Amino acid sequence: MQALYAQLLVGLINGSFYALLSLGLAVIFGMLNIINFAHGALYMMGAFCAYFLLNIWGIGYWWALLIAPVAVGIFGMVLERTMLKWLAGLDHLYGLLLTFGLALIIQGIFQNYFGSSGLPYAIPDQLRGGTNLGFMFLPIYRGWVVVFSLIVCFATWYLIERTRLGAYLRAATENPTLVRAFGVNVPRMITLTYGLGVGLAALAGVLSAPINQVRPLMGENIIIVVFAVVVIGGMGSIMGSIITGFALGVIEGLTKYFYPEASNTVVFVLMVLVLLVKPTGLTGRAA
Amino acid sequence: MKRRKFATLLLGTALSLSAGLAFAQDKVVKIGSLSDQSGLYADLGGPGSTLAAQMAVEDSGLTAKGWKIDIIAGDHQNKPDIGVNIARHWFDVDKVDVIVDVPNSGVALAVSNLVKEKNGILLDSGAGTSDLTNAQCTPNTIHWTYDTYTLAHGTGTALTKSGGNTWFFLTADYAFGAALERDTTAAVQAAGGKVLGGVKAPLSTADFSSFLLQAQACKAKIIGLANAGADTTNSIKQAAEFGITTSGQKLAALLLFITDVHSLGLKTAQGLNFTETFYWDLNDGTRAFAKRFQERAKNHSMPTMVHAGVYSSLLHYFKALDALGGNPHDGAKVVAKMKEMPTDDPLFGKGSIEPNGRTLHPAYLFEVKSPAESKGPWDYYKLVSTISADDAFTPLAKSTCPLLKK
Amino acid sequence: MTAMTDDTLPVTPRTIRDEMIAFAVMTLLLLIVPLTDLYPFFVMQALCFALLACAFNLLIGYGGLLSFGHAMFLGTGGYVTAHAAKVWGLPPELGILAGVAASAALGAVTGIVAIRRQGIYFAMITLALSQLIYFIYLESPFTHGEDGIQGIPQGHLFGILDLSKSIVLYYVVVFNFLLGFLIIFRAINSPFGEVLKSIRENEQRAISLGYKTDQYKLLAFILSGTLAGFAGSLKVFVVQNASLSDVEVSMSGLIVLMTLVGGLGTVFGPVIGAFIIVATQQYLAGFGSWVTVIQGSIFVACVLLFRRGIVGEVAHYFRRSL
Repeated sequence: MQALYAQLLVGLINGSFYALLSLGLAVIFGMLNIINFAHGALYMMGAFCAYFLLNIWGIGYWWALLIAPVAVGIFGMVLERTMLKWLAGLDHLYGLLLTFGLALIIQGIFQNYFGSSGLPYAIPDQLRGGTNLGFMFLPIYRGWVVVFSLIVCFATWYLIERTRLGAYLRAATENPTLVRAFGVNVPRMITLTYGLGVGLAALAGVLSAPINQVRPLMGENIIIVVFAVVVIGGMGSIMGSIITGFALGVIEGLTKYFYPEASNTVVFVLMVLVLLVKPTGLTGRAA
Repeated sequence: MKRRKFATLLLGTALSLSAGLAFAQDKVVKIGSLSDQSGLYADLGGPGSTLAAQMAVEDSGLTAKGWKIDIIAGDHQNKPDIGVNIARHWFDVDKVDVIVDVPNSGVALAVSNLVKEKNGILLDSGAGTSDLTNAQCTPNTIHWTYDTYTLAHGTGTALTKSGGNTWFFLTADYAFGAALERDTTAAVQAAGGKVLGGVKAPLSTADFSSFLLQAQACKAKIIGLANAGADTTNSIKQAAEFGITTSGQKLAALLLFITDVHSLGLKTAQGLNFTETFYWDLNDGTRAFAKRFQERAKNHSMPTMVHAGVYSSLLHYFKALDALGGNPHDGAKVVAKMKEMPTDDPLFGKGSIEPNGRTLHPAYLFEVKSPAESKGPWDYYKLVSTISADDAFTPLAKSTCPLLKK
Repeated sequence: MTAMTDDTLPVTPRTIRDEMIAFAVMTLLLLIVPLTDLYPFFVMQALCFALLACAFNLLIGYGGLLSFGHAMFLGTGGYVTAHAAKVWGLPPELGILAGVAASAALGAVTGIVAIRRQGIYFAMITLALSQLIYFIYLESPFTHGEDGIQGIPQGHLFGILDLSKSIVLYYVVVFNFLLGFLIIFRAINSPFGEVLKSIRENEQRAISLGYKTDQYKLLAFILSGTLAGFAGSLKVFVVQNASLSDVEVSMSGLIVLMTLVGGLGTVFGPVIGAFIIVATQQYLAGFGSWVTVIQGSIFVACVLLFRRGIVGEVAHYFRRSL
């Protein structure tokens, strides 16, 4: 029984990363209609940013949680301004191809300087150790990741669905021309949205660094799982991607307990099943 | 008539010339150091192996005798297809004679195949799988430093006999892990222990938590880590995080290199038992080599046993070339000569090479010192016992190498 | 929203004659390669990828469907052929047949799922499906996981052609490449190809004209997957191994890149693209990870600056169809 709870926890942690990443993808897709293939690479950059902060300037984990998303977010905005912007009006697939190319460039550069094995990033002192909950042993840092991700996810949801800024954003998604007529600077909003989505990826990267180490290719595989998550959840939906992200993490954890051989494939099998039953995804509207 | 005679003469000369070319011995050697240059095995092999090869060339004294020896390096990225591609290019285009190092058993077995086809030479130091000198042996491969049989019969037997009689394996999911688990299982059972189960983790896993949880649930006394390099250090660190070691289960790092101990730190690594065939602080010969190596190495790290193996296998190769009086560019012939000659070098001492390509030398069971015991940087190991060459490697009678059946 | 290949197509109507001349030139060049200094192994590898890229191009260039998972067919063809040749001991021709049949079957199964969505969703679904296939191969015993299938015997084609002889293997690969190329060429110039193009331009209109577009798309998907598998089967006899690298996402990306560089929707673009990309891998291997950076930069440059690709730009300039 202890092993089941423990695997569920591991699943929840992975679910946190899925949720943060697919949330960012959903935000970007909603506004820019671009599937951001560079999301995994930017997630990796978040982790590296934390690593640099610590090893070059001696700035620890807590500041990294704030600085890394902002820094990588700004980098993302530069990308949007200099490249993605030029794809407006073209087939969405060009956005996918461009960001795939960007991911190759970013990962290649990091791989060249840091090899492909992991660089250690220590768990912050305050979150070290673990407690025995009776039914399982809980490493404190892993518990923290789950709680913190939940908070960030719901804060983002609130920002987009419940505030004035979010209302502009949603309106601009539906009808950019009309929103522009109201005097809103739509291109700037697009840039900021991309920055927000990228920042979320970088934040996930910082959270992940003490668990998964800092590796140039750390975003390469997770991003594909996240794509499947997004397809299952329905692409444009904020809440859909949060819930699907956590749920799939938990399902993966359960699979690891009951049938470990299928734990890598279960997400993709679910995706196929969902597509056969409801091609628009669980919460999606017809495209 | 005269003209015809001349033509015959010309033809004869041409024939003898071309025949001469086919068996021509020259004094040109090209070495390819094929390794994981940037991944999880880069520290234990990688650039250090190329340096070790360079030192072997310098120490052989062949350059002074008019030999021209070049070294090129390649990165197989732990992928057999990439490794084979590089090796093929080396043989076809760059005319490489001998490939050294090749950590990652999967790559080594694949490259060994190709080396036989191209009649080159493989002096393997980094790979572990004992299959290289058993079912998959070739007349072109020599396996130098250690193999999974050594690790199993060193660490596996010792731990089982000292009370760790139930085992669970955390195995790297490729040729090396499979061979190590197989050989260790045999050794554990021979010593009266029992294997309760195992789980396979992909090569270069970052988060071992779910695998370690399976090991924890199994309640075996020993969790055998049948993996290497960064995979081993990560699983050791994460086992500590999940409180596995404090709850009574013991970790057995079946393969641990000095660079791994260095990156773990003595605090985490202390007390671990493992088997190696080389340690820099064994005797004057090893200390002298290690000092020179460390001065030139990137990060100034001490040589691992893989580096040492690259160095001394090449020294032996050069001795064989010297004895042949030139390079015949015929892999099988040189390897046969190497097997004929007894091995003797400052790092592994005196030994020999079996007909199946296995080099014999003693192995050592070490324990990692506690921070208090360590007198300074890189002073990490204490010797527990020495395992004689006969016990450390598969006895010839049991080797399944097809070369042995005459 | 304009379709992906709209701005890549040549202005003038396609003329078969230009393409025939180009085909003759290509055939001639391939036949004389052994007389030159070119490393035949490189050319053979490039030809396998060229066939693969052409198969991929059939789907994107003429059907408007961008598959980001074509590596699964390459890998399937490769693994099945390798297994057939090594474990079952089948001769090369039957090994290739088995590999091709397996990829056709995979094409049918994955196609049914994938064609349920268009555009960007189609790309992501094929990507996820290929990752599913990747993990299946990673864990199947017959593929030997990370170690791959090694040392595959090349054998004798039809019992007479000794494939372990480099020159024989070369002409066999050239012949098979040309065969695959002609099948694709025939498909795009057939009524089937015309319907595909109409689906790409305007699926709704094609439906209203009474075409069962789903069936056409599925058929195109299967055909493309089958030929990609054929390329994989052929590659087995060149490199003598089958490994996970062929099923990885990065391989799918490489296939897209080859086609994009050469020119989406052009007949010869994928061939040129494949040669360029394989050359960067073969001759820049010494630069390590910079190869990835270079490939990524080519991707970005293609998308931002010349979406027609090399052949597309040339054809556009001379107002020809190639």
